[in-house]
Amino acid sequence: MILEVDDLQIHYSTRAGPSGSGVVRAVDGASFAVPEGRIVGLVGESGCGKTTAVRAIMGVLAENGRRAGGRVVFKQQALDEAATKKLLWRDIAYVPQSAMSSLDPVYTVGAQLVEVLTKRGNATGRAARARAVELFDLVGLSENRLRDYPHQFSGGMRQRAAIAIALALEPSLLLADEPVTALDVIVQRQILDMLRELQQRLRLSIVLVTHDISVVAYLCDDVVVMYAGQVIESGPVRDVLARPRHPYTMGLRNAFPDLLSDALELVPISGSPPDLADPPPGCRFAPRCPFALAACTTGTVAIASGSDRTHRSACLRDGEADQLRKAALDPETWLRSSSFATS
Amino acid sequence: MAALVQLRDVVKHFPVTRSLGELVRGEHPAVRALDGVSFDIGSGDAIAIVGESGCGKTTLGRLMLKLTEPTTGTIAFDGTALAGLAGEGLRGFRRQAQLVFQNPFDALNPRFTIYRAVAEPLLNAGIDKAEHEDRVAAAFRRVHLADLDRYLDKYPHQLSGGQLQRVVLARALVLAPRFLVADEPVSMLDVSVRAGILALMREVRDTMGLTAVYISHDLALVRYLCGRTLVMYLGRIVEDAPTDEIVRRPRHPYTQALVAAVPVPDADQPRVPLPIKGNVPDAREPPSGCSFRDRCPHAMTRCAEVAPPLREVAGGHRVACHLELA
Repeated sequence: MILEVDDLQIHYSTRAGPSGSGVVRAVDGASFAVPEGRIVGLVGESGCGKTTAVRAIMGVLAENGRRAGGRVVFKQQALDEAATKKLLWRDIAYVPQSAMSSLDPVYTVGAQLVEVLTKRGNATGRAARARAVELFDLVGLSENRLRDYPHQFSGGMRQRAAIAIALALEPSLLLADEPVTALDVIVQRQILDMLRELQQRLRLSIVLVTHDISVVAYLCDDVVVMYAGQVIESGPVRDVLARPRHPYTMGLRNAFPDLLSDALELVPISGSPPDLADPPPGCRFAPRCPFALAACTTGTVAIASGSDRTHRSACLRDGEADQLRKAALDPETWLRSSSFATS
Repeated sequence: MAALVQLRDVVKHFPVTRSLGELVRGEHPAVRALDGVSFDIGSGDAIAIVGESGCGKTTLGRLMLKLTEPTTGTIAFDGTALAGLAGEGLRGFRRQAQLVFQNPFDALNPRFTIYRAVAEPLLNAGIDKAEHEDRVAAAFRRVHLADLDRYLDKYPHQLSGGQLQRVVLARALVLAPRFLVADEPVSMLDVSVRAGILALMREVRDTMGLTAVYISHDLALVRYLCGRTLVMYLGRIVEDAPTDEIVRRPRHPYTQALVAAVPVPDADQPRVPLPIKGNVPDAREPPSGCSFRDRCPHAMTRCAEVAPPLREVAGGHRVACHLELA
């Protein structure tokens, strides 16, 4: 494992509301691991904590956020914030959600690349310029574009430039937050293919944060599914998407448009995710889950592996996953809202 | 059924900043956002317009609502040319044709209550205030926002994304329009919520007998919305066919690339390599002839000489490609 995240807790302090204490538990006991040389998709809907988890690993949380518990272990070394700072860009690099906002509009892209190489790395000016040409070539940008400003780049080119900057100091772990979300589908495919090629060529490990399970299906080896600040399912992509064990993943699969499926309806999951300033007790998906039992609304549900050890799910009814999955395929199942919707 | 909306040879140019040389030579360079677009939308039909950023799909939507004027060509609504509309005629058109905004978080004024937001079109259309409450209530029922009273005095920030998109839809429906243009109606919503909004849009379309245009970059999504899809590339329609044909048997090489590029939520699906390379060319200087030819794996000499016209190749299936004509 190149990266292990164990029981991570991230709290944001906000103004206290009528219902909550003012502490938002954005990540509340998330555990997952990234095996060396794999691409792991961290997937979930807005507010599930996926971006916060990655920012916490990078040590770049917003000012009102803090790590309230848990461990992050990188290459067998526990990371606190000071330790992360030393590794940043050299060993762990980050491709942010919007490449436009990560590039400085008043400097040429080449100057920004050279700055990373000379200031963070210790390259001399001449060596840095040579390396910048190499890096542009690596991400499929022509060398003469180094003199351009970010606004002269298309969305896809900016994303390539952001990836070049992230790879400048030869990191072993790349954290990419929605790197293809704002891109057109053909450009998106070109970037995904490039990420796979770079991963193999440079023996990278990659964490890809996304809301898009199709992107996960196309690119990732493993997937970690988050819901309301917790990891609810994880495992090899093929297993998790073809045979989901957690009802949320089953619902997500039904709700997701599929160009090739014969189904003519998408099935929504009724309700919306809970307020993380005042989360419900028990399983956080229970209020929306068509299979919830009374027992689901008390205590905590730990993530556990089933009969095969790599595929884990946090569901009390994990033993019945095969039957539930069959029932989940029927749209009628999801019309029936949970009997615990109000609890 | 008779066409409700008719476009003939619609061209839209946007002027671009001139270089010194162009200024001296008296040239007026322009981006050809739309370059000769013609199609009909039957009354009660729903079509999707699909393409990448910059293909002209949003401009096309704005033209159909008379939010901008074409450079040349005609657009007619219910047999009347939009260009000549003014005064009462224009107000009548505005009542019948509505836009559903892309981003529900931006579409509503944060300082207006939900009631005021939905009632505003009634006010603008000069509808008697005594009718407002009933009409707002009817619009809310259509979008299934139950417990009306719970929402009316709320402000946008107190609602979830899915609820907001229902409010935006209610506002578009409050004047009981005949024609709806929705620009990326669900692209800002989470997956689990999105499916419900899509089903709702189909339902109101059916119950109100609406004619609808959906503008989207997402071919996978459009499949669940409507039966006919137009594919655009650099200001032109390259293919117009039943959505199922577009998805399963695309005929234009660009549509083929688009379909191949769409990822599917199934890891066992074989990965089809992308059949094209490169990027969309600069819209100020599109290639001669067919604007897709410099990326097309099948390009022939003829493609550089003549732009292929959009021709019917099978019932209800039009393609603009020289391969089809060979």
